[in-house]
Amino acid sequence: MYVAVKGGEAAIRNAHRLLADRRRGDRSLPSLTLGQIAEQLALACDRVMAEGSVYDRELAALAIKQARGDLIEAIFLLRAYRTTLPRFGYSEPIDTGAMQVERRVSATYKDLPGGQMLGPTFDYTHRLLDPSLAGDDAPDDPEAREGDGVPAMRVSDILAQEGLIEADGETGGEEIGDLTRTPMEFPMGRDTRLQALARGDEGFLLALGYSTQRGYARSHPFVGEIRIGEVEVEYRMPELGLTVSLGRIRVTECQMVNQFKGSAKAPPQFTRGYGLVFGQSERKAMAVALCDRALRADELGEDKFAPAQDEEFVISHSDNVQATGFVEHLKLPHYVDFQAELDLVRRMRGEHARKQGGDEAMPEAAE
Amino acid sequence: MTDNSVEETRAQRLSALALADGKDLLTLWNGLGIDPACEMVRGPETGLIALRGRIGGGGSPFNFGEATATRATVRLDNGAVGHAVTLGRDRLKAKLIAILDALAQDNEMASKIDQEIVTPLTAALAERDAKRKAETAATKVDFFTMVRGED
Repeated sequence: MYVAVKGGEAAIRNAHRLLADRRRGDRSLPSLTLGQIAEQLALACDRVMAEGSVYDRELAALAIKQARGDLIEAIFLLRAYRTTLPRFGYSEPIDTGAMQVERRVSATYKDLPGGQMLGPTFDYTHRLLDPSLAGDDAPDDPEAREGDGVPAMRVSDILAQEGLIEADGETGGEEIGDLTRTPMEFPMGRDTRLQALARGDEGFLLALGYSTQRGYARSHPFVGEIRIGEVEVEYRMPELGLTVSLGRIRVTECQMVNQFKGSAKAPPQFTRGYGLVFGQSERKAMAVALCDRALRADELGEDKFAPAQDEEFVISHSDNVQATGFVEHLKLPHYVDFQAELDLVRRMRGEHARKQGGDEAMPEAAE
Repeated sequence: MTDNSVEETRAQRLSALALADGKDLLTLWNGLGIDPACEMVRGPETGLIALRGRIGGGGSPFNFGEATATRATVRLDNGAVGHAVTLGRDRLKAKLIAILDALAQDNEMASKIDQEIVTPLTAALAERDAKRKAETAATKVDFFTMVRGED
C-alpha cells in the first residue's frame, strides 16, 4: 500500500534561516559588498558568468555571495535567473580582431606583430603565499609605457599566408545552432558544440583536454594565440533598422594549432581548435580549444578511440548544472523506491537460498 | 544632411551613450538642466541578448552565451520617439538614452547633446582605453639575444 506523507515544512524553514545566518557568518565582520566581490574576486565572477552563460558581473557577484562562494551553486542561480528574462535578439558576431587587448601571448611565434603582452597574469609567479595580502596594503600603481601602435594581428593569419593552416571554420551557411532554443541532437554542428563547450564545466573540460595531451586522442597542440580583452557587442535594433553598439564584454579567445598528418580528405597541414569564453579565463579557453579539436575527429577522418573524441559523451556531461542536478537529486527522499528495492532484494535472496539449498541437499530443510 | 548620414549619426550617438558608464551619463544629463515631459512607450525592461562569436575568430557565427540588456522607448510631448538598448540592467541609463535619442531629433538639441554629453563620454572612454593600453604595453616582452663568449 502506498501512503502519501508530507512533513518537514518547519524544518525546511528553519534550515533556510540557519543558512542565512551561516552565510552572514561572524556579525562583527563587515558584510561583503557586491562591488568587492566583482572587483576582488573578479575571476570567480568570470567563471560564474561563463558557465551560468549570462554576462552580468553584478549578478554573478550576487550569486557568489548568495551561494556562500560555492561557484556551481552560483552558476545554478544565474541559470535559473536567465529563464525569467525575455530574449531580445541576437548580437552581431563579435570581432575579436578588434579587441582592446589586455593580454596576448603566442607560443608559436616569438616576434609576432603586436608582440607578446603578458597582462595581469599568474604565469611566472612563484606560487608562494603572500602574507602581505592578509593586510590592506595598497599595491603600487601599474607601470605604463607608450605602445608601438602595431595592431595585434591574428597568429592564424600568419600561417594562413603560406597555406599551412586551415581556414577559420565554416559550418556551411545553414541556421546557427542554439541549444537554449532547440534540444540537443547528436551529431551536432561545430557551432552548437562550441556553444555547449563555452558554458561547460571548467574542471570537466580541463580534464578532457589534459587527456588528449596524455595520449587519449593525441592532437599535438601548440598555443597559437591567447588574447584577453574587451570587445564591443553590436546589435541591429529592429525598431530603427540600425546597427548600434550596446556596450563591451571581456572575453578570452584561444587559437590552438594542431599538427595534422593529412587524410584522404585533406593534405598535411595545421588544423585548429578554437575556444571563446566570457571573462579572463585562459585555462577554460584552452580546454575548450583542445576539446573542440578532439571532437573534430569525424570531420577530419581521424580514428576515434578516446573519451574526448566522443561528442555525445563530452557534450552530455559537460554542463555542471545538469550534472549537479542529477547527482544531487539522489539525496532527496527515495523512501518508496528504496522500500520497493528492499522488497525485491529480500525476494531474490530467498530465491537464491532456495536454489542453493536445492543444489546442496537443502541444509535448512534438513534441520 | 542626407538621410544616410542622419541615420549614421544617430547610430553613433546611441553607441557612444550605450558604451558610457551609467553614473557618468546621469551626471552629464543633470548638467544639461532640462526635464522634458515624456511618456514611456515601452520599458525600461531588462532581457537577454544572445551573443555571437565566429568559429576560429573569423568563420561561421555561433552563439556563445547571453548578456543582460535593457531597452526603452519614449515619446516626447512634441511626438518625437526615442529608442535605447544597452548591456546591463541599468533602467535609468536606458531611459535617459531613449530620451536623448528623442531629443536629438531636433537639430539644435542634437548639437547641444553631442557637445555636452556625447563628446565628454567618448573622451572619458578613450582616456580609460589609453590608460589600459599603456599598462598592457608595459607588460610587453622585449626579447634580447644572449651574446655567447666566442671572440
